Amino acid sequence: MEVKVIEYKVFEQEVQALKAKGFDYLRNLTGADFLEEGLGCVYQFENTKTTENVNLKVLAEKVGEEYILPSISELYAIADFYEREVYDFLGIIFLGHPDMRRLYLRNDFVGFPLRKDYDMSETNPSNQMPEDDEKDSDFTCEYTLDEEGNLRRTEKCLWMPEDYVINIGPQHPATHGVMRYQTSLDGEVIKKIDVHAGYIHRGVEKLCELGTYQQTLAFTDRFDYLSANQNRHALCMAIEQGLGVEVTDRIKYIRTIMDELQRLDSHLLYFSCCAQDLGALTAFLYGMRDREHVLNVMEETTGGRLIQNWNRIGGVQADIDPNFVANCHLLINYLRPFFKEYHDVFGGNVIFEQRFKNVGVLSKEDAISYGCTGGTGRASNWHCDVRKRHPYAAYDKVEFDEITFTGCDSYDRYRVRIEEMEQSLRIIEQLIDNIPAGDFYVKQKPIIKVPEGMYYASVEGSRGEFGAMLISDGGKNPYRVHFRSMGLPLVAVMDHVCKGEKIADLIAISASLDYVVPDIDR
Amino acid sequence: MEVKTPHIKAFPYEEFRDNETLEELSRQLNEGGANVVVSKLDDLINWGRSNSLWSLTFATSCCGIEFMSIGCARYDFARFGFEVTRNSPRQADLIMCAGTITNKMAPVLKRLYEQMAAPKYVVAVGGCAISGGPFKKSYHVLQGIDKIIPVDVYIPGCPPRPEALLYGMIQLQRKVKVEKFFGGANHKEKNPHPLVIDFKGMAKEKLEEVKKFIKKEIDNTWK
Ligand code: SF4
Repeated sequence: MEVKVIEYKVFEQEVQALKAKGFDYLRNLTGADFLEEGLGCVYQFENTKTTENVNLKVLAEKVGEEYILPSISELYAIADFYEREVYDFLGIIFLGHPDMRRLYLRNDFVGFPLRKDYDMSETNPSNQMPEDDEKDSDFTCEYTLDEEGNLRRTEKCLWMPEDYVINIGPQHPATHGVMRYQTSLDGEVIKKIDVHAGYIHRGVEKLCELGTYQQTLAFTDRFDYLSANQNRHALCMAIEQGLGVEVTDRIKYIRTIMDELQRLDSHLLYFSCCAQDLGALTAFLYGMRDREHVLNVMEETTGGRLIQNWNRIGGVQADIDPNFVANCHLLINYLRPFFKEYHDVFGGNVIFEQRFKNVGVLSKEDAISYGCTGGTGRASNWHCDVRKRHPYAAYDKVEFDEITFTGCDSYDRYRVRIEEMEQSLRIIEQLIDNIPAGDFYVKQKPIIKVPEGMYYASVEGSRGEFGAMLISDGGKNPYRVHFRSMGLPLVAVMDHVCKGEKIADLIAISASLDYVVPDIDR
Repeated sequence: MEVKTPHIKAFPYEEFRDNETLEELSRQLNEGGANVVVSKLDDLINWGRSNSLWSLTFATSCCGIEFMSIGCARYDFARFGFEVTRNSPRQADLIMCAGTITNKMAPVLKRLYEQMAAPKYVVAVGGCAISGGPFKKSYHVLQGIDKIIPVDVYIPGCPPRPEALLYGMIQLQRKVKVEKFFGGANHKEKNPHPLVIDFKGMAKEKLEEVKKFIKKEIDNTWK
């Protein structure tokens, strides 16, 4: 990956110039501890029209004991959350950021875990379980520099005195995991949502730094367990890119088919969960019933139902099962007729339409600014499919349509998923009979050392662009691994799309956005 | 437990303790067409309890999806009476802790457990809930939920297969079935909020009073 290193002073102008040139999508933001150089960030921008990429690395300035960088959250809405994430893990303060709080860890957490000097031993009190509940603070703060160049902290209250704030989560059946929303209401209408993530923050990025390259792979399956294969595919591609390994066509075909099977699995679960969140239990059972058929096909080859542990650096674990091809054909024939049935029992139902149509509208500009990729972006008519933008594996060899809609509402987000399943079947159909002969694994050394540099690979996960960013120093452990989460933009946008909607629609909207919490928290 | 001697006209009290008489009696009744079963009340209650275990919907991550699968058509835990899941801890019999518990979540889990009404059970599903699983070395993962709440059944796996989950639940049923509802220790656990008394510098009369109180408490417990 080409990275341009720029000075702290010109950084802000540079970003403004990029934005003016049409680089409107902030793809990823990685904070890292560069030891002697100090702390810094790597920004990845993309021009959504030309799919051109620009990557900037900037080092943070030191003021007293603190590291600072200018905030770009006014230019890119998603930078708001990304910068909070960097602050949380590395302690870089973003000047002018309106809400400089921790995003994942408790607000009484001491230390910044992704700094290289963080004490990981068990005796460190930060690593131990806290005895008490977290004290909620109603205040946030903003940092600025005064004339003398000193850091100034201004406290701000998150809520108005007349606000009626209710707390949804973390243990709530309809937030799809342990997510917590503090919601302020005006009657039944939502005024503001404050997202509290981190209830399932497992510190994977730090764990990756402690292990070898092979050991990092297992964690990826456990982020978004409904994109297990795709996540691992991304990390394998990033490492292979670093090593300069060219995988065989057979591997590419197998990986592509597996990714599409995984997408079917995930979208069927999406259908089920949408139904369940709206109270339609029958449709939920239908979706889960058909999902089992997809799992069967994957299980016969990989041995895993939910988490497959199937890709590895330089290939896949084992060759495909002898019945795999026949099973895929059976699956395709089995699933095809059901899309109509789903529409009949659920999608075309008037109650469902009323709950989803014109609810949670997200315009195309906002989708890009918030970085909402995947089905959510495509429902807002943003052509954001990584399979088309930056084809990988065997996606340049197959024909499929990128499903987009212009309705921008929850209903279109639902329709994208259903039609994408048909496209997945189409992709599998084109590949399954033509899997070329060859090796399923390109042999690697037992100790893998990736040459120094930065590598980024992304795949189209089940709910958006999943990227793996790898910074290597040439050693046998990764120096820094950062994952572009598919779900973080989707919860970051919750406040925006839910404003002005009814509280009951909050559940419908979050069902339609389809995020998976461990993927957000990592 | 003290049992009073009831007075029943047609049935001398001694014969309550005589199984043969009872069996003979119920045989006669059965022959006459009456549906009578003689059993311990404990068995009856535990039969009911073990076949209607309601769990809290508590899933934090991957294992939770497998928990969803066993609720659906293919594995269908309704066959064993687990199909009712509750969203409020106050109505649940057990927590099926499916997924990683992080340091931020741990106080929440503890609170959920304390909100449940006894008798309550905990099933730890998956490596994460048992020991921290793949994330054991992390700075933010609790290394097993048994550090904070008592666990009844452990179901290993990452994630455990649905069959394993069912097996684990059946083990929990067995555990429930051997419990005594009447006159025995039933799923006793340590008092989470023990009484702490500081004897230092206490006046003499007060000390006597406290001693008496403690003696009474101990007697009550051992009765
Ligand atoms: S045990 Fe494995 S599958 Fe279960 S929550 Fe932990 S990582 Fe996920």
